[in-house]
Amino acid sequence: MIALLRRDLALTLRSGGGFGLALAFFLILVVLIPFGVGPQSELLSRIAPGVLWVGALLACLLSLDRIFQLDFEDGSLDLLATSPLPLESLALLKALTHWLTTGLPLTVAAPFLGVFLSLPGEAVVWLVSSLALGTPALSLIGAFGAALTVGLKRGGLLISLLVLPLYVPTLIFGAECVRRGAEGLAASTPLLFVAGITAGCVAALPFATASALRVNLR
Amino acid sequence: MSFWEYANPKKFMETSSWLLPWVAIGSLLCLVVGLIWGFFFTPDDFRQGSTVKIIYLHVPSALMAINAWLMMLVCSLIWIVRRHHVSALAARAAAPIGVTMTLIALATGALWGQPMWGTYWAWDPRLTSFLILFLFYLGYIALWEAIENSDTAADLTSVLCLVGSVFALLSRYAVNFWNQGLHQGASLSLDKEENVADVFYFPLLVCIAGFVLLFVALVLIRTRTEIRARRISALRARQRLNDTSPSATPKEA
Amino acid sequence: MPDLGKYADAVLGSYAVSIALIVAIVALSLWRSKRVKAELERVETETSGQANTR
Repeated sequence: MIALLRRDLALTLRSGGGFGLALAFFLILVVLIPFGVGPQSELLSRIAPGVLWVGALLACLLSLDRIFQLDFEDGSLDLLATSPLPLESLALLKALTHWLTTGLPLTVAAPFLGVFLSLPGEAVVWLVSSLALGTPALSLIGAFGAALTVGLKRGGLLISLLVLPLYVPTLIFGAECVRRGAEGLAASTPLLFVAGITAGCVAALPFATASALRVNLR
Repeated sequence: MSFWEYANPKKFMETSSWLLPWVAIGSLLCLVVGLIWGFFFTPDDFRQGSTVKIIYLHVPSALMAINAWLMMLVCSLIWIVRRHHVSALAARAAAPIGVTMTLIALATGALWGQPMWGTYWAWDPRLTSFLILFLFYLGYIALWEAIENSDTAADLTSVLCLVGSVFALLSRYAVNFWNQGLHQGASLSLDKEENVADVFYFPLLVCIAGFVLLFVALVLIRTRTEIRARRISALRARQRLNDTSPSATPKEA
Repeated sequence: MPDLGKYADAVLGSYAVSIALIVAIVALSLWRSKRVKAELERVETETSGQANTR
């Protein structure tokens, strides 16, 4: 399992797809927002939590179709499916790889990008913790969407359509947590909800992902 | 005599062919009676004026938008557990009807909201959950359309329907939480079921019956179409098999 | 025609939109049903010449 994780990480990093691309997209989105809505810092600090969360979510979306696609095309997914490793753990592993290459860097980068949007200082800790707890759920849901569309030639757009409605609860609770943090309110309730969603996704979604993969590999 | 007999496409076609006209006529009758009754012969509400007449379209369509999804969920479960093709095809047949119902509910709601709330759209929990439901329908239909092999498509859409249902429910509660977090207690949605007087209630019941029957009739029609389409592709496949390898035994087809 | 007062636009609009949508989905379903039925008949007569029709 560790070997597979290292292989996937190496492949993703070497192909230069996930890591840099997601971060660059996040950066560009955050930089573009002030041009769109104007430079007033009180307005920016009000929308900052939402913008940062939506930006992280969209950046996650970018690399979803690559989770299984490359392995599916060169046939290694078939090999992995017949290996002693259960498909469920493979699904979990793939989501973990995706999170390590997109969710984690986004979480680390978010506070610095928050400065551009004049995010209040007290919200930073909530931003980081909600992203750290919420982005794994995004990766897991994304892996499910990727498993559904893995056999399709133009799955990229379809993934977005399938996955975006599933992202709604995570986004609501995550952004709400940061917003409350920025306004100085108690923000731990939405944070717990985010953590709960992630825990539920870790527990249940690998099974759905694996069953979708099994159908697609049939 | 068991319910599962209808999993046989032939049995389903036979039964639905005599059931369909009755359901269709019943639906047409209920809709015409209910809507005319509601439109011409009910008084205006003292607060809402004539806009109360929209209730005869809004409530039944919203009801059916959710029920269509529930039916798809049940059909998906039946397909996953017992692998009856009719069930998967019925789920596929129901989705576009569900989209239409969601659209009607959203459109009438917007037109009702404009004079009553002063806006076509508000990010009220109910409205928002319907928008999310609409997105779920779109994704579900898009997945059906994208996959060529129909058994694969049935499997994948069933899984999507199950996972989607969990997340739809989650969104419903998340949205409640989110909006209350935004404006404290300033809820726009009026609880319709409670303050409906009898004058409005009976035509509303007739309309709901009409929408339910309409849904059943449409599902029957569309499922029959899907079964026929499936038979066409099966015949085509057999024909191709016979053309390419005339020596192959027909039993294989 | 009942007097709809100042809300006539909203009421008539929602009836028009709803009825249009219902008619659209019914027409679409019927049209597709008809087409597929004709197609099935065509394919069945084509293949009936060959051995082993069900």
